[in-house]
Amino acid sequence: MNQITIGDIVRGDREVFPPYLYEAYQSTRRRAPMLPLIEVPLTLSELTGPGSAISAITPEDADLTRNAGTGDEAIGQRIIVTGRVLDDRGTPVPNTLLEIWQANAAGRYLHKRDQWPGPLDPNFLGMGRCLTNQEGVYRFLTIRPGAYPWLNHPNAWRPAHIHFSLFGPSMLSRLVTQMYFPDDPLHQLDPILNAVPTEAARKSLIAVYDHGITESEWALGYRWDIVVRGAAATPFDSKERER
Amino acid sequence: MKTLPLTSSQTVGPFFAPTLLRTDAVRNVLVQPETVGERIRIEGRVLDGDGVPVPDALVEIWQANAHGCYNHPAEQEAGPLDPSFVGFGRSGTENEGLYWFETIKPGPVPFDQERWQAPHICVTVFARGLLNHLVTRLYFEDEPTNAGDPVLQCVPEDRRATLLARREAGDIAAVYRFAIVLQGPNETAFFNL
Repeated sequence: MNQITIGDIVRGDREVFPPYLYEAYQSTRRRAPMLPLIEVPLTLSELTGPGSAISAITPEDADLTRNAGTGDEAIGQRIIVTGRVLDDRGTPVPNTLLEIWQANAAGRYLHKRDQWPGPLDPNFLGMGRCLTNQEGVYRFLTIRPGAYPWLNHPNAWRPAHIHFSLFGPSMLSRLVTQMYFPDDPLHQLDPILNAVPTEAARKSLIAVYDHGITESEWALGYRWDIVVRGAAATPFDSKERER
Repeated sequence: MKTLPLTSSQTVGPFFAPTLLRTDAVRNVLVQPETVGERIRIEGRVLDGDGVPVPDALVEIWQANAHGCYNHPAEQEAGPLDPSFVGFGRSGTENEGLYWFETIKPGPVPFDQERWQAPHICVTVFARGLLNHLVTRLYFEDEPTNAGDPVLQCVPEDRRATLLARREAGDIAAVYRFAIVLQGPNETAFFNL
């Protein structure tokens, strides 16, 4: 992470969203678009969206400690991750699909492309999903993921994180992001988190430990609220045009 | 009006497939036998700045039904919904960077009280190395109403062809080929949406 070149092409608010080109994260170099994004009007095509259109969700899907279906429980510190999905006016987003995936307690993903010598856990798939309730609340039971080594730069480690994918009320609210844990010394070394342009926006990706969610002799509690663009949103304020 | 700051975006990374492409979450086939409309197959490759296929991308589409209606509460045209068509697709890419969908050609969707949009499909692209997803549209090259489409007009003329899917004859249905070029001289026109 020596030379950091940061591109100028950003989708959405430059105070919130990362640029496509962030050279310290090497995979951006040949995948980031280099031409200006096109400003377009919002139409019915953007103000609609698939909602919860994917598959039947069961309560077991939200319990990653047991949804491997082996009858045994995943190894690791049991945690509850919960929060609300809100639009930018603070209105809860009900009945929206969240899909999550994560490494196991040792930092290993169950994926053929993850071959580092961390142990796999036969009782942990690392995948979950749920729908928000009428108050926009989601809740997962899982284990705290370990840090994950990658080959981006020498001795590179991703801070512990959980991947989140959610839809929200329209195409404007589609979001794929990552949730981090508080007080992790790897945050400042991670080019993916640091591609987010401001301290405030980076902080929005870090869950808060909440003792009110923690359950005695069961699991530690983390709260993480997610704010997505509402269907009544105006087009992204184009700082591009002002420059 | 004061609004809450939005939650930022992060890359989908390399390990999403077991979750986002699990058997009951992948959506290559959008049609059922009773779905109304002209069957089409959409396929193409996702390519990086070196022209190399991207084998670990995720492509999602969202489209209106054959009557030009979206399966969504905000749909105010109250045109006919097709109970056998949701309009959402999700495909991974493989070694050749290929994604594909079996769907129907959407009808024209209103733009405002007077104008119509040409038939189009909303396309969203996620991949390792994309810190935020990319948004664009697929239009049909053989569609005469493209010339009047108010969104396509926003795209500089020399980049408009990147949004036109090319029609080819197929065994069962017409194939529309649509390359998604992330970077380079033929870079797809992506939207600030």
